[in-house]
Amino acid sequence: MLDALTVAVAVTALALAAWCGFAAYRDQPTKDWHFIGMAVVSVLALGQLVVGIAQLARGEKAHEGTAIFLAYLIGSFAAVPAAGFLSLAERTRWGSATVAAGAVVLAVLEVRLYDIWGG
Amino acid sequence: MAESATEDHKGRARLVQGPGLLLVWLYGVMSVGAVSRSVYQILTDYGSAPLAHTLSAVAAVVYAFITYTLVRGGERARKAALVCCAAELAGVLIVGTWTVVEPSAFPDSTVWSAYGMGYIFIPVLLPVTGMLWLRRSRQGRGKS
Repeated sequence: MLDALTVAVAVTALALAAWCGFAAYRDQPTKDWHFIGMAVVSVLALGQLVVGIAQLARGEKAHEGTAIFLAYLIGSFAAVPAAGFLSLAERTRWGSATVAAGAVVLAVLEVRLYDIWGG
Repeated sequence: MAESATEDHKGRARLVQGPGLLLVWLYGVMSVGAVSRSVYQILTDYGSAPLAHTLSAVAAVVYAFITYTLVRGGERARKAALVCCAAELAGVLIVGTWTVVEPSAFPDSTVWSAYGMGYIFIPVLLPVTGMLWLRRSRQGRGKS
């Protein structure tokens, strides 16, 4: 897998977590700019999903198995959008906290993805 | 902590609001993680570590049930979730201690191994915050 892409997703996810965590700390709901940030992270995660599937299709093997690799790819694509949708309905600081938690989950998934692919 | 539980009744009292949303999100993530993990473990190599894989499946069912009750809301669901959070905490503590004391019984790790260390200790922290939130949301309404 593209290590650069994995690192990029993890770093942007952590940045998003810090940003939304800061919003939660300041008692603010998620705003348009936060959603743009979520979109950026989600597009990167989608790119990773596409690249991952392409590499599997080319016959490359994930160290810990194809099923686990695919499950983590899909999970890491879904994490931030799902948290974002939840925060749409919760217009308080807790919506921001949820998105921050979702971004942390994504960063953890990226670390696992790196291990699953490389071993 | 500015506003207490808002009265947003539609027959059932909502549990998914404020801190409850964060709680549901974390329980949802743990459910997805534990369910997919235990399905995979049981399908691929149940025989190598039956005890660990059975315990993972139990954890998965508990997480999924708590997530469902929290989303559903209402007084009965709140009580059911409270009981399950207590069971979950007991499970994490018992299984966690078990894995630390006698690692040989667990050739493969479970969700609750070493108090959920593989999940940044979320499995221990979640039921505690869950029970606090569920208690508080009853006090916020003051009636059953």
